[in-house]
Amino acid sequence: MKLELSRIVQGCRLGVLTGLGKTGQHSLEIPGCLLYTRCATVPHLTQDTLHTLNSLPSVTQIAVDTLAEHHEVLAEFKEGVRKFAGLHDTVLYCSLHDPATPCPPGHITNKTVSVWGSGGRIELTAQRFMALQTVLRPDWYQCMADGETWPTNTSRKRVRKAVDRTLAHLDECLLLHHKSPELKEAEVFGAIEGGDILEERVRSARETAKRPVGGFVLDGFRSDAMDQEVRGQLIAAVTAELPAEKPRLLQGVGRPDEVISCVEAGVDLFESFFPYQVTERGCALCFSFTISPDPEAAGTRRSKVLESNGEKPDADADADAAAIEVPGESGATSPENMTRFEMDLKDKKYREDFRPLVDGCTCYCCKNHNRAYVHHLLVTNELLAGVLLMLHNTAHYLGFFSALRGALVSDRLQDFKKRVLQ
Amino acid sequence: MSTKKAVCSVAPLALRIVAECPVSKARACDLRLPHCTVNTPVFMPVGTQGTMKGITVDQLEDLGCQICLGNTYHLGMRPGPELIEKVNGLHGFMNWKRNLLTDSGGFQMVSLVELSEVSEEGVRFRSPYDGKEILLTPEQSIAIQNSLGSDIMMQLDDVVSSTVTGPRVEEAMKRSIRWLDRCIAANKNPDRQNLFAIIQGGLNAELRKACLDEMTKRDVPGFAIGGLSGGEEKDDFWKMVTLSTDHLPREKPRYLMGVGYAVDLVVCVALGCDMFDCVFPTRTARFGSALVPWGSLQIKQKQFAKDFQPIDPDCQCATCRRHSRTYLHALFKTDTAAMHHITIHNIAYQLTLMRSVRQSIIEQRFPEFVRQFMRRMFPLREQYPAWAVEALASVNITLD
Repeated sequence: MKLELSRIVQGCRLGVLTGLGKTGQHSLEIPGCLLYTRCATVPHLTQDTLHTLNSLPSVTQIAVDTLAEHHEVLAEFKEGVRKFAGLHDTVLYCSLHDPATPCPPGHITNKTVSVWGSGGRIELTAQRFMALQTVLRPDWYQCMADGETWPTNTSRKRVRKAVDRTLAHLDECLLLHHKSPELKEAEVFGAIEGGDILEERVRSARETAKRPVGGFVLDGFRSDAMDQEVRGQLIAAVTAELPAEKPRLLQGVGRPDEVISCVEAGVDLFESFFPYQVTERGCALCFSFTISPDPEAAGTRRSKVLESNGEKPDADADADAAAIEVPGESGATSPENMTRFEMDLKDKKYREDFRPLVDGCTCYCCKNHNRAYVHHLLVTNELLAGVLLMLHNTAHYLGFFSALRGALVSDRLQDFKKRVLQ
Repeated sequence: MSTKKAVCSVAPLALRIVAECPVSKARACDLRLPHCTVNTPVFMPVGTQGTMKGITVDQLEDLGCQICLGNTYHLGMRPGPELIEKVNGLHGFMNWKRNLLTDSGGFQMVSLVELSEVSEEGVRFRSPYDGKEILLTPEQSIAIQNSLGSDIMMQLDDVVSSTVTGPRVEEAMKRSIRWLDRCIAANKNPDRQNLFAIIQGGLNAELRKACLDEMTKRDVPGFAIGGLSGGEEKDDFWKMVTLSTDHLPREKPRYLMGVGYAVDLVVCVALGCDMFDCVFPTRTARFGSALVPWGSLQIKQKQFAKDFQPIDPDCQCATCRRHSRTYLHALFKTDTAAMHHITIHNIAYQLTLMRSVRQSIIEQRFPEFVRQFMRRMFPLREQYPAWAVEALASVNITLD
């Protein structure tokens, strides 16, 4: 694995990770995201539907959470999780936890961490964690870590302990890693802990960077537990300590606005659980991220994206005439945790809205179906709703990352931010 | 009568008999419908609410499905015929390029809605969504189906449970004939939408015969055999089926409603039926039951936790080509995609079975196909269901 940085713009690292996978044939552009899965399947999707998406990330994320319970089966299978799950040719990154389903706190000891599968809690020692990695056979994996420092007001003592434990886990895992022929080609990603305490974050970063790791996982920065300003400062402090030539993956952050801030703080890679969460609440990503290629033409060119959370960003009168909202008919309550980057397709106002989810979007859902149909599938609880929304939301999210890279290439990060954050 | 004939002579349907089994009543036909030609015998998967249970229309097309069902009752309630009409009917609403068949809505009212009452006018019931009282008349059923724009519409019939006996059966049969005439008269699109009659008469051979005599006088484009598959004895079931096909015109398609188990399909093809539908293959898939030539596999059962084979090693579907029983077993605990995988497999199983049946009829080896099919499904001769043995014998197919 090699990270080729082409430029750094206002802290944002633009580049490409090359030589990925068993034969080194894959590459991944940064800033970028991984493909999110549960039990090694992109939620709701079969391989047929998944591959209607263009330019899938070359790295797929799996999580110990949803796979630990299948340890014995995988051990008997012997050929790794990629083949077990019938996955396409993809690089596999294995994280400790599923970012979309946070674990209940209070189950970490000096020697163990716990993960939660469909059958309940599974306690892992470093030995068992590594035995699982040898049967999963990922290309990259996050080392066992104590990431339980996200609750606010976690004591300094607890935070220090988390850093110490995580470093101890890393040393033990690395020892086992180097003895394992199955993991010979795999890269270990060291987890950086430290909660919201700057000195501990810096200590964790410095110590982890001394170890022979392939990359870094920035853990314990979950969106729901930390203010973006604090997160940005901490991440900037952490990345300042890390070697430039190794990738930094941030866990638990997925909102577009937070992603941009974290890229500015020096993060390279993100998970893509956010489109899944949007899908699960029956919503569709619809925020704008297209900036016109020519700055001279900015303002005269119409946006590709018609609507952002029900608000029309520009006067696209012709197309919108058909969708006049009936006052009072719109659902008063939005789904819990809904962000301003999405639209609630269960809302009655979409009942007769025959436009694609996002105008100009080329995903399978937008090319073949419309808002009214997805609304119908949602109100009738049909399974196809999850399929179509997952396709659209994933496509939109990948498009956002691609546009972000494009903005860095063309030195137009400010225009891009303005567009996304409007 | 002459006007009815004139209407039907332009019916958007043509049946070409490709081959007939020289032994049994089985036949292979090409049924030309507005959106494409359907090769029969055919199994039609059911997409109740304008979607095939988590499968995209492209996947359904790739499976080789030429016709599927939508339910008038459900679609009439949500999203409603007015909305669907605005997007060029159900085809446009769900973006399905091939044929659609819609039922009349009557069956769901009787089976799903507790408070329903049948009169000469129609079926009166209370909407489960808003509690409003609704009257579904033959005219309204056809009006909704005209809005849906299906290639084949079904007449509204007076459905009684197949286990009911007595005068109610005769009343329902006679009313269904009167309602057929009202449906024919109500069809606004006879040039693009075919209306099928539904033979009723319960399990009473005389009533069935009377219904057949009356309905075959109407020049409708096709006939369905209704009022069966409702929990009656299989002995009664197959006798009513074979009686119906004996009296239905050879040149028109015969649709046996609500039949989808593999054995029933094979036997009823032998009895002369062309078209079938059933929710079973897709519903059972969502409970983790995968159909195979020797029965079914309950994928969620522990025995499949370490079974690294595909569901059916001989199956060519997308699921079997990529996934093992063990992975599907694991995935069932986590994600709905597991259901989609089995739904795809089960639809593939049904459609492949019917294609094999058709091929054997064309190649004049249908009786041998039936024997092989039964041997694979039931390893022991004693396991053959007596009704199936008897039904097949009635059309000269003897099992070894």
